[in-house]
Amino acid sequence: MASPSQSPGSVAKTITWGSVSVFMYVLLFYYDRELLQLSSQGRWYFIFPIIIAFAFSVVHGNFTAEFWRSLGIRSKK
Amino acid sequence: MEALDFIQLDLQTGIYLLVVGFVGGLVSGFIGSGGAFVLTPAMMSLGVPGIVAVASNMCHKFPKALVGAMKRAKYGQVDVKMGLIMGISAEAGVLLGAHYQEAIKHRFGDAGSNLYVSVAFVIILGLVGGFVLRDTLKTYQSGVMTEEKPGKLALWIQSIHIPGTMVYFPSINARISVLFTIPLGFATGMLAATIAVGGFIGVPAQIYILGLNSLMASATELVIAFVMGVGGTIKFAWSGYVDIRLAMLILAGSLFGIQLGAIGTTYVKPYLIKLVMAVIMLTVLLSRALVIPVYLSQLDLISPLAPETMSVLKNSSFIIMLAALALGAGIIMAAMIKGRREHAQQSGEMVNATA
Repeated sequence: MASPSQSPGSVAKTITWGSVSVFMYVLLFYYDRELLQLSSQGRWYFIFPIIIAFAFSVVHGNFTAEFWRSLGIRSKK
Repeated sequence: MEALDFIQLDLQTGIYLLVVGFVGGLVSGFIGSGGAFVLTPAMMSLGVPGIVAVASNMCHKFPKALVGAMKRAKYGQVDVKMGLIMGISAEAGVLLGAHYQEAIKHRFGDAGSNLYVSVAFVIILGLVGGFVLRDTLKTYQSGVMTEEKPGKLALWIQSIHIPGTMVYFPSINARISVLFTIPLGFATGMLAATIAVGGFIGVPAQIYILGLNSLMASATELVIAFVMGVGGTIKFAWSGYVDIRLAMLILAGSLFGIQLGAIGTTYVKPYLIKLVMAVIMLTVLLSRALVIPVYLSQLDLISPLAPETMSVLKNSSFIIMLAALALGAGIIMAAMIKGRREHAQQSGEMVNATA
């Protein structure tokens, strides 16, 4: 049962964002050789680590925010 | 492009990086920076080449700072304009700092470079950390811990009008000449390039020189860290040094930490941010001071140390560095738990009074 401090639907959002995040980490390690080769080529290939980092920050960032919220840990104000 | 040795990752390594990332993120979310100084040596202790460790650390830093800045912006704690202006000048500081680093390494080798970094750590952290701790204790003794006012220096800076350079900053509700913010951002970048944590100058400078309160300064530092992180990542990725697996593993833990650290700022009194910063700075100072004899010995500036002595000093230094981060995280967690408990009690009393 959700505690009073939990947002409605926060558990569902946690599961959704968490699933996408896990999927992205599975992809990252499944294709780790290819991604390492791509990101370590240097010069204009610098864009790949930047794009990957931004993508993880959006997905994993939303997951971690919802994770704490679903546990009832949220800001005071 | 030279072939780089990227390490093999196993479960134990992954868990280690997740945990260190989490604790580093927690501290960064709370004081605006501070986790990075442990992550680079932590990766190097796994056998990651130094340059790859620095590059991968940088690549996890900017998405972490972005998430932390956005979270704290929701609480109204971020001055985006201040962060961007200082961030851009910090980027210039990073480039010059990195150039100095390379020149010292080229001239004096690894030991010379390590000695330079350690001495910079000890001097800057000693001066700034000592000042911040003294101010925190004075605040604690005064009993006025809920409100922060700009000091005399900040009020003087805010009173100076230099035509054509004045910018309004919402965090202080005043105009300040960018001729003051640019050098501070530059110094932040120089420090970031030297010891990996620009915030040890950036946050105190914003508090004591520009007049921001601790909450705003530590949150705005995340914008500066984001700008520096993007620039640093481009610089290192251009040469192919980023190990994206390491960066994203650390990010996995650090985003849990940074969310929690940011939430923690809403439950504590502002002076606690300064306390955590001062405690971490002075503990790290001790860690770096321990290894100075090792580098002096390697440069033949003192009598040679026995290999066992060097090993003991290096290991002790690394353990104290980890302890500094753990100590900071411990204070944050304890303060947050206490703050949440007090908040719950107050909410309960208000409900009872209304009933």
